[in-house]
Amino acid sequence: MIEIRNQAFDPWQETQAYQNSHIAAGKYGATASFVGTMRDFNEGDNVQKMVLEHYPGMTENYLNKICDEAKNRWDIMDCLIIHRVGDIMPDDPIVLTAVWSAHRAAAFDACRYLMEELKSRAPFWKKESLPEGERWVDKNTAG
Amino acid sequence: MSVTVKFFASLRETVGRADTQVDYQNQLNVSQVWQQASGNLPMPSNTLCAVNMKYVDAQQPVNDGDEVAFFPPVTGG
Repeated sequence: MIEIRNQAFDPWQETQAYQNSHIAAGKYGATASFVGTMRDFNEGDNVQKMVLEHYPGMTENYLNKICDEAKNRWDIMDCLIIHRVGDIMPDDPIVLTAVWSAHRAAAFDACRYLMEELKSRAPFWKKESLPEGERWVDKNTAG
Repeated sequence: MSVTVKFFASLRETVGRADTQVDYQNQLNVSQVWQQASGNLPMPSNTLCAVNMKYVDAQQPVNDGDEVAFFPPVTGG
């Protein structure tokens, strides 16, 4: 499942809730998750706030596509992606990716794949607020 | 014939609008749609293009009714 949220979310509660409602008890042996959180610094500057924009429709399509691709490539049971948009403050979770599988290798690898694909191709854009004004983030870091 | 055009993030600010419509008589590709929609601004070399919400090359021809989008490198996650 994928979801775009315009409100703050708790990634740990979301992971637990999704697991309880969607993943068959006793069948999974591995849960791998990644949480991306907003920093209060970037490229040596203090960042006070951020606005995250997306392309409604295309962003959801792209996230569904990479979930389908992960299910084709690895022996996983399910995956969950939640991504924030709108106004974001330092320490707010931005993104959650979680993957469930019988064994750890598939969960680790698929979770990494989802994040790297999301970072490189999913249509989201960040605009940072600094003490000196606003600026668009022009590219993601390599890792 | 016409296509709907959308600009996102820094490109929306560069062009000065979020969306517009391009009417045309002869076949256009995505790059030519940019020229008409932006008022002949140069397209930044790192611009990403999509037609009907799928990534395409700037040389891809468009069809009547398509949604064409232009945006800078993505920075989510």
